[in-house]
Amino acid sequence: MTGTNPTVAPPNPDGALATSVSSSAPGGLVKSVVELDRVVIRLAGDSGDGMQLTGNRFTSETASFGNDLKTLPNFPAEIRAPTGTLPGVSSFQLQFADHDVMTPGDAPDVLVAMNPAALKANLAELPGGGLLILDSDEFTPRNLAKVGYATNPIEDGSLEGWQTVSVPLTSMTTDALKDSGLGKKEAERSKNMFTLGLLSWMYHRPTEGTIRFLERQFRRKPEIAAANIAAFRAGYNYGDTTEAFAVSYEIKPAPMKPGRYRNISGNQALALGLVAAGQRSGLPIFLGAYPITPASDILHELSRHKSFGVRTFQAEDEIAGIGAALGASFGGALGITTTSGPGVALKAETIGLAVMTELPLVIVDVQRGGPSTGLPTKTEQSDLLQAMFGRNGEAPVPVIAPRSPGDCFDAAVEAARIALAYRTPVMLLSDGYLANGAEPWAIPDADSLPDLTPAVAFATEPNGEDGEFLPYLRDEETLARAWAIPGTAGMQHRIGGLEKADRTGNISYDPANHDFMTRTRQAKIDGIAATIPPTDVEDPDGDARVAVIGWGSTYGPIGAACRRIRSSGRKVAQIHLRHINPFPADLGEVLARYDRVICPEMNLGQLALLLRAKYLVDVQSHTQVRGMPFRSAELAAVIQDAIDTADPAAANSTAVNPTAVNGALQ
Amino acid sequence: MTTVELGMPDAPTPIDAAIARSLEQHGPKQTELKGKDFKTDQEVRWCPGCGDYVILNAVQSFLPSLGIAREDMVIVSGIGCSSRFPYYMNTYGMHSIHGRAPAIATGLAASRPDLSVWVVTGDGDALSIGGNHLIHALRRNVNMTILLFNNRIYGLTKGQYSPTSEVGKVTKSTPMGSLDHPFNPVSLALGADATFVGRAMDSDRKGLTEVLRQAAEHQGTSLVEIYQNCNIFNDGAFELLKDPATGPMWTIPLEHGKPLVFGPDGASCVVREDFGGLRIAETNQVDPSEIVVHDATREDPSYAFALSRLSSQDLRYTPMGVFRKVRKPSYEAMMAEQLDEARLQGPGDLDALLAGGDTWEVKA
Ligand code: SF4
Repeated sequence: MTGTNPTVAPPNPDGALATSVSSSAPGGLVKSVVELDRVVIRLAGDSGDGMQLTGNRFTSETASFGNDLKTLPNFPAEIRAPTGTLPGVSSFQLQFADHDVMTPGDAPDVLVAMNPAALKANLAELPGGGLLILDSDEFTPRNLAKVGYATNPIEDGSLEGWQTVSVPLTSMTTDALKDSGLGKKEAERSKNMFTLGLLSWMYHRPTEGTIRFLERQFRRKPEIAAANIAAFRAGYNYGDTTEAFAVSYEIKPAPMKPGRYRNISGNQALALGLVAAGQRSGLPIFLGAYPITPASDILHELSRHKSFGVRTFQAEDEIAGIGAALGASFGGALGITTTSGPGVALKAETIGLAVMTELPLVIVDVQRGGPSTGLPTKTEQSDLLQAMFGRNGEAPVPVIAPRSPGDCFDAAVEAARIALAYRTPVMLLSDGYLANGAEPWAIPDADSLPDLTPAVAFATEPNGEDGEFLPYLRDEETLARAWAIPGTAGMQHRIGGLEKADRTGNISYDPANHDFMTRTRQAKIDGIAATIPPTDVEDPDGDARVAVIGWGSTYGPIGAACRRIRSSGRKVAQIHLRHINPFPADLGEVLARYDRVICPEMNLGQLALLLRAKYLVDVQSHTQVRGMPFRSAELAAVIQDAIDTADPAAANSTAVNPTAVNGALQ
Repeated sequence: MTTVELGMPDAPTPIDAAIARSLEQHGPKQTELKGKDFKTDQEVRWCPGCGDYVILNAVQSFLPSLGIAREDMVIVSGIGCSSRFPYYMNTYGMHSIHGRAPAIATGLAASRPDLSVWVVTGDGDALSIGGNHLIHALRRNVNMTILLFNNRIYGLTKGQYSPTSEVGKVTKSTPMGSLDHPFNPVSLALGADATFVGRAMDSDRKGLTEVLRQAAEHQGTSLVEIYQNCNIFNDGAFELLKDPATGPMWTIPLEHGKPLVFGPDGASCVVREDFGGLRIAETNQVDPSEIVVHDATREDPSYAFALSRLSSQDLRYTPMGVFRKVRKPSYEAMMAEQLDEARLQGPGDLDALLAGGDTWEVKA
């Protein structure tokens, strides 16, 4: 066994709180326990190594232990890129802490690399002194050559700047399973569970959840379940007894509001929000969808909830998915379609039809890198303008965006509320980072969720002066049209994509009517602002002169950056938008209060464009499209710069700690 | 009705409540109707002489015989001359977008099995821009009736060739003749394993009504191809079959259980050929036992397919009637069964769903 023994320096380069306590382990080894306030771990391996599963399990253990956390899965678009190559590397990063965290961490404190490719792809992001755990069995000449290592980094001294522990993870796994009856290849596949066991020991994670999970997962293959559990336990026990790891770490649970919690990913939360919207409106849910990364998990999740009257329809294409959803809405269901950017492009014409027919519809766009097929597994926010304007004609559609994985739940309920109350398609913009990322979520009480039944109110009686039904007669307050469903006698009517005459809904080519109807449809969407909360501004001091405005998943990184700024003695306001169309009614006023407004986005400035156009505010756009969330340290530098140039006096405050890349401020 | 009858009544959905309210106001469903009850106040705007008028009349006069209340019928159409159809029918209707009617109707029919859902489409709408939705609707077998008005031309866009136009057709977009090989809609539908496929002529009120009746009664997706004359852009396209002088010679009437004998004095007939195909023969040249007896209920679609291949692009030997009519579970019924099955474990409990599996408690 090679490697240094990380007894002395715990992996907290920024000097985060660390207390050392000694304890003795079986076999007479004295092991010390170091208390940390937060850790960022990154697991990296081949896409066949099960890193996502390992990461998810570690996350569940960590969540149930009571730490706050955020995760960042990062995987290639190929299901199985060639083994051992750089494009095939899959990784999973999580930050967990004894306090609330806003991001998965800018860079890891601990990197687990299951092969040379994983090391090469990730090492640059592991700060000097960080803990590096390697599977030495995989550092074979062949694997090294595949990624261009001329010599073995474990032996050539190139890893001296890190605390490197190289462990034969693969062979220890096969040793542990030699009596399991599994072949060597099959036994090797459990090395991720061995690794998980080791990490579980290192960070004092509860293990019962993982054992239960493995039993459940391999219910039909008990020998595989047993092997995985054995490997998991072997990894744990190895940590406990080996001299290679003399330190284990304790991260106390984070104080959270009392209540019951679970770990939840964005896609899961979004799907549950849709089920909840169905239950709270009383309407059956109909999802029409075509599989697409990274949205398919919503289809998978909803297809499991048939007992709630949820119908899921895997359509022949994106267009049929939304078409079927709209057909279901016409029949009185809550029609939903889920997709990503390329799918939204295909659905555009049907969204226009929904605008014209004024039927409720929720369109979920889990954004990914674009244009075209782009970066299917990476995150981006570049569909905002498509959501706003990607249709022919004047076709306004409300746009709302969740800010965190758990928030996808509330955003879904809100999207349904608007769709039903205003009889309109609503665009719900999630993204790859929210979809696959996870966090602890306070489980809401079903009865406490918004009551959506008043929004439904099907018309059953003629509303015209002459006893006729006028499908385009509107509610005076919401401008929503009357919604009568097939099966209701005396209310037969025809709707469609041709321009409608006011009130009757008959075909009309009258110029004045078209002008009126176009403005009315716009006014209906603008009017939604009356039912949304005022702009969400976080400005603890109340007198910041610089504001940062964001939407969607940048909430965490922006929030973490603002904490850094404030801890340096500067002042900054964070404005985060849930509703992008319409904007909150007071947004213009709010923006006008600040000397400078910075808008970080994972696109080339789409929200900034809208804000500038609407409010004539000189918004400073800060953009990035790397397929990854912003690093909060980088954002903090941008904000600091803005503050210091706006108010040179502020420059005398402490510089934002540049080494606190992993500071407790994330 | 959408309520589940499982002994444990779910709370009535707003859909059930709305229908119940309307029943209270109007009394029991009105199913004794006349043709004129299906007319609307909208002025019919097809070109004078268009075959669509004849079809509209035929549909309006035959619908009362189905005994379906007007409010329980929904007609969904796409884009094209034929797709104006819903405006003239006093039922629920949606004049949607080009090619997508089968998809929209699928969502409606799948979520509301209590409705009678119809699609009205044309050759361009169903076979060109909407070809994908058509074949998938047919293979899924959602309960709906698709009327495909085939005039072998684009009418609404003023006369370009369509996916059913014959090769060499000279149109505005093909001054030197079209190069595309046409679809035979019946063959296409059978290739998609459609459970009901029929064909009728716009002007043949009796034949059309008979095919429509069977199509409407069929559980699952039925496709009826209706030859429709566009007197503006493709006048006389079906004259060979309509002309009393030539029609009987080239039309093969399909009647379940009857031998396929046709033409003046029954001079022609259909017999089996090698490789499972069919061919036309002279009746007096073959042994009567060789003449095929039409069986629309054959499970294997290859017979119906062979029938559909008898006709050529110029419409000689065109079978008219019901090609195939087989029973298969329909999509919306199976979907409803899955929902019922899932609810056997008890109706969904939202609190339990939100909690999921692994939870933990944070104490005050
Ligand atoms: S263009 Fe042809 S199909 Fe269209 S309405 Fe006129 S005659 Fe009928």
